[in-house]
Amino acid sequence: MLDVAVSYNRYKFLGYEFLTWLWFVMENRQEILKESDKELVSLDIGNCIVLENNKNDSIESITIKGDKAGLEEGILSLQKGAVVTELNLIYKAGNNEWRFNIKGENLNISSLKTPETGHVETKEDIEGVLLEKVFLYEKIFVLMNNLYKHFISLRVTNRWEKDVVLQIKKWIAS
Amino acid sequence: MGILSSSVSVTRYKVKSNPEKPFLEKVYNGLTQNAIQEIDDHPLEKTVGWTSFENPYIPDFEGSSFVIGPYLVFSMRLDRKSIPPKVIQKHYAIEMARQLEKSGRKYLSRNEKKSIKDHVIDVLSLRIPATPNIYDLIWNMEESWLWFFSNLKAANEELETLFSKSFRLSLIRLFPYTTADLMSGLSDADRDLLLQLSPTKFTE
Repeated sequence: MLDVAVSYNRYKFLGYEFLTWLWFVMENRQEILKESDKELVSLDIGNCIVLENNKNDSIESITIKGDKAGLEEGILSLQKGAVVTELNLIYKAGNNEWRFNIKGENLNISSLKTPETGHVETKEDIEGVLLEKVFLYEKIFVLMNNLYKHFISLRVTNRWEKDVVLQIKKWIAS
Repeated sequence: MGILSSSVSVTRYKVKSNPEKPFLEKVYNGLTQNAIQEIDDHPLEKTVGWTSFENPYIPDFEGSSFVIGPYLVFSMRLDRKSIPPKVIQKHYAIEMARQLEKSGRKYLSRNEKKSIKDHVIDVLSLRIPATPNIYDLIWNMEESWLWFFSNLKAANEELETLFSKSFRLSLIRLFPYTTADLMSGLSDADRDLLLQLSPTKFTE
């Protein structure tokens, strides 16, 4: 395996492409989301999209904030050649809702808020609440792993350039 | 930020293999031998070590208390003394003046100044308590993954070093390349293709 520092920097574009693809999937290919999580009701963009445009050796960063983060401005940035570097997402399963940020550079999850769990009142409650929390965190990690796996399986084939990229280009231009 | 907080940040790792058998005994030894040491009465500015999830200020790993269900749950504690620069400056100036008066000279050499500054920091470090920072983690030995509840670069680097020192195991941080290489079920041929990828242009 490659050196960690080298592979982190050389392939962080994969994380940006993953988030750009994920936005496309959320808008156009809902069936991929359902395949990745049978209990999924919805996966939507929350209150923040961060994009980055790397042109002429200078990096331009565009942050769009607010509820239902301005999709039009985001698409406009994509049209100018930007990629998504960070997303705030809202995932719903059953009557429950999770909110979190995912960063393309490292796939780190931050500001993860799960549905309510039981309260810790005594020392004995800790174990139960902890296991419940782990279960709820895992839902997000499994969903993201499955989606990333799907993305990578496309990314290493010819279908990526011949099929997926063309569809994404069409979506961006529409 | 802890496992039970209302909002968490998580860095995910793959653990390269498992400790030698008996697992729990090896983990217990690693935890106790590298447990956090108090530095409030020492001139040390920083220390890092393991502590208990349930009681991070009094580390106790007895009775497999770090095992919860199928997981190992404990915390890394990073204690740091931060002396405000202006406090150092004040005591340094006082000590310099005292030394000059004592020696009857007008100037002190560079080495003498450095020695005074080090002495001032040592003395202040003894008087200032360390601020503890606690970072929880969950380790699933069966599936060889670990979640560390912080995205802070410095905390993650401390974790990687302490984990390797304590358990003689490597942690592989999961980011785009390592997740694709290790977690996506790619064939050897696909992994070779992965190495050759370059960025896509989504515009004409």
